[in-house]
Amino acid sequence: MESNFYTEPTKYNDLRKWVCSTDHKRIGLLYMASIFIFFLVAMMIGVVMKLKMLSAGTTFISARTYNSLFTVHGVIMIFLFIIPGIPAALGNFILPLQLGAKDVAFPRLNLYSWYFYIAGAVCALTSLFTGGGAPDTGWTFYVPYSVTTGTNVSLAVFGAFLLGMSSTLTGLNFLTTIHRMRAPGMGWFRMPLFIWSLYATGWVQLLATPIIAITLVLVILERLFNVGIFDPSRGGDPILFEHMFWIYSHPAVYIMILPAMGIVSEIIPVFARRTIFGYKAIAFSSLAIALVGYLVWGHHMFTSGMSDTARVIFSLLTFIVAVPSGVKVFNWVASLYKGSSVISAPLIFVMAFIFLFSIGGLTGLFQGALNIDMHIHGTYFIVAHFHYVMFGGTGFAFFAGLHYWYPKIFGRMYNEKIARYACGLMLIGFNVLYFPMFILGWQGMPRRYYDYPAQFQALQRLSSVGSWILVAGILLMFHNLVKSIRKGTPASSNPWGGKTLEWQTTSPPPTENFVEIPVVTSGPYNY
Amino acid sequence: MESEQHFVVTNKTFISVWAALVALTVITVLVAQAHKGNTSVLVPLVIATTKASLVLWYFMHLKYEKKLFKLMLLVPIITLLVILGLTFLDIWFR
Ligand code: HEM
Repeated sequence: MESNFYTEPTKYNDLRKWVCSTDHKRIGLLYMASIFIFFLVAMMIGVVMKLKMLSAGTTFISARTYNSLFTVHGVIMIFLFIIPGIPAALGNFILPLQLGAKDVAFPRLNLYSWYFYIAGAVCALTSLFTGGGAPDTGWTFYVPYSVTTGTNVSLAVFGAFLLGMSSTLTGLNFLTTIHRMRAPGMGWFRMPLFIWSLYATGWVQLLATPIIAITLVLVILERLFNVGIFDPSRGGDPILFEHMFWIYSHPAVYIMILPAMGIVSEIIPVFARRTIFGYKAIAFSSLAIALVGYLVWGHHMFTSGMSDTARVIFSLLTFIVAVPSGVKVFNWVASLYKGSSVISAPLIFVMAFIFLFSIGGLTGLFQGALNIDMHIHGTYFIVAHFHYVMFGGTGFAFFAGLHYWYPKIFGRMYNEKIARYACGLMLIGFNVLYFPMFILGWQGMPRRYYDYPAQFQALQRLSSVGSWILVAGILLMFHNLVKSIRKGTPASSNPWGGKTLEWQTTSPPPTENFVEIPVVTSGPYNY
Repeated sequence: MESEQHFVVTNKTFISVWAALVALTVITVLVAQAHKGNTSVLVPLVIATTKASLVLWYFMHLKYEKKLFKLMLLVPIITLLVILGLTFLDIWFR
């Protein structure tokens, strides 16, 4: 291999080479390692919950413990895995490369935001073992319970606050980079679609995250000083918390899904060997999703006692936000149509994404209808829905991107056959695990319950079996990827025949990405 | 850069802005004490926005900045306005 950012000499020769580096590629890898470690931890917690659900009643886990398990699982998966996930790990590595830049606009700030991430993670994890014990509120920290429970909510919430800082700084950094550091000749409509999606995401991170920050601070104040903002007995309003929480947390689901959609729009044209269908429609639908996505948070609160006027309007807006997502799905399918597709691991993951995300998205519309949501709110139906969109959607797209950019990042190839088997196993396991949850939820199985009546036994057990298949697939995938970092066959600089700029430099890239800054003369998907 | 040019703002401007801020604070307190239901939420919000704008405009020299910066500041303000508006759809009609 030629000289690259791993081998070129740096200021330090020990661990500081990584934790003091301002190189966006090293920071991306720092994020990637931390994010996947937390993912594996939370995954094992999920499996333990499913083990418990093999039979009803108290077995090896008590009700209290189950409450803490789903809270910790949810908090880690949301705040430590899926929100930072694609932007912080893949975005950090790929964004400057795709722009033809040497680094992001604020390299030090970039490193700083990783420290915020780690500090937040440390707080969240410390809260499990200190104070009154692991939080048991669910990842949503709803008042009034979260201000009265004796568990260590304050520290966990402070951890989430720090993670929010990290996310905001990443968003700010990317926005500036995209505005200021595009290679000569790269107009807005010559930008790869992954960058468009990070751009839309950046605005959401920047404008929505401060709201969760202030909300979480208010919860801490309420716990410590009884200020009475949310507690009705002191003149507060508990529904106000739900508003403030979801004003951030709903746009946050677009922080999760938009970059995932960007990856999919990147992979499809490369493997179908034809230009993407409706470039501008995809770019603008990202912005439209970001925009309308701000206005639908109320659909999490249809049964909380909101006014009828608000419920009708939020329901309407929810149906509208489905339109730009639909635009994208149709564009992807149209791009594949009559393409001369090269079937390999990244494309297979993308197909799995489209399948799972469509199920997740369409069941979301069920929930957006007021009358149906009355029936399924707070049931396993919701649990199934959000695993389909977040895990089946964002998770699978993340894995697709990981396989797609793997040769660029590590300069080697993974074993293609194992990658395909892993994806197949995951797809089967995923559906066996979560599809029964739709049925259970429809039949009335509530979420966050450690117990269930006898008639749910069969489907509960089926779902637990699914979790084993899924985990086998995930472990196989990681085994393949980790092993190939050292053992894989060396990859060329452009193994897939991609046209975007990251493929114009060597794999892995040199420290400053390009020997000569490239000049862009055409759109990103000219096949 | 043009934005680094130094503008001389008279003390008179500063003092009148300060006086306006104090007056607005007094109104906020009075409105809160009057217990006028929904109005006692809306008025303080409008006043707080006005106060923040005054500070930004004069004390933080936004008045003398380029159009682009003014526009950029408008984005979060509009976002916030829409968010508050939607929240009030719930609280006013409950
Ligand atoms: C890897 C396999 C996974 C398994 C086996 C699993 C399993 C579960 C189970 C059993 C629950 C609790 C259901 C209940 O009783 O209410 C749950 C909740 C949850 N899961 Fe997962 N999950 C997995 C992956 C993920 C991923 C990838 C994400 C996010 C990207 C995620 C996000 C959540 C969230 C947010 C909750 C709700 C927690 C709460 O109620 O506060 N999970 N999961």
